[in-house]
Amino acid sequence: MGEFKERIALTEAVYYILLSLFEPLHGYGIMQNAQSLSHGRVNLAAGTLYGALNTLMEKGYIKALPGESNTRKKEYVITATGKEIVMQEIERLRELVKNGEDVLRRNER
Amino acid sequence: MTVTKYKVYFAWDYEKEEAWLNEMSNKGYQLVHVGIFKYVFEVDHSKRYIYRLELLDQLPSHPSSVDYMKFLEETGVECVSTILRWAYFRKEAGENGFELYSDIASRIKHYKRIQLLFIAVTPVNVMSIINMGNIYSRTHSLSALIATILVVIIVLMLATGLYRVSMQIAKLSHDKLFRE
Repeated sequence: MGEFKERIALTEAVYYILLSLFEPLHGYGIMQNAQSLSHGRVNLAAGTLYGALNTLMEKGYIKALPGESNTRKKEYVITATGKEIVMQEIERLRELVKNGEDVLRRNER
Repeated sequence: MTVTKYKVYFAWDYEKEEAWLNEMSNKGYQLVHVGIFKYVFEVDHSKRYIYRLELLDQLPSHPSSVDYMKFLEETGVECVSTILRWAYFRKEAGENGFELYSDIASRIKHYKRIQLLFIAVTPVNVMSIINMGNIYSRTHSLSALIATILVVIIVLMLATGLYRVSMQIAKLSHDKLFRE
């Protein structure tokens, strides 16, 4: 768990990719899922997605599912480490929102 | 029916090349093959594509490029043609548009790949200037003089390209300081 001590901020693309992979999905499925999760705001481009998937696999946050044949689209799924990272990120985002709202509230009057 | 056009675009102007191909697609000319300075279009007014160019990390036949292009294909992106390490991708124009990159970091990575390509070919060209210059100073032949001038022009163009790509990288790196 030592690795998690270092506080990292995920990019928006990585955050939505990890969220999408709580269920196994292939590349195009991730793009569609990120779009629907963000109500159409986040459009992951294929080149960016490809690079991010490879990096996330290297880091062990996600893994590729063994495909039955070459013709089948490759599917990915989040790992336990990846889930841990997502929880940490949500914690960080919550803190960001809270701090922002605190400042705004104090300056309301 | 196909139409062939000849046009010169340099690597640092690949975005202008993209713009031209997209304009052609709008007019019903769909790019289907690329050669050296040569573009083959299929005339089809029923479709409209968005074309994107990318300098691949490796040659198109390399396993990592094959894997990448297969991934793009699965997202509805078609590789129309390749020339050396350049790939010409297209996707039918839809409401979401078509980009290869949606973040600054990937765009910087791509520009750096182009920058590296320029840097890699520069020493060869500089050596050519020296060689051609030497031949000219010994023989005073007109052809050696013309060859020297040509290589000098190429090096100047390369320098311009390198400068432009470096400026793009600097601009994006600056943006990256405060946004994704």
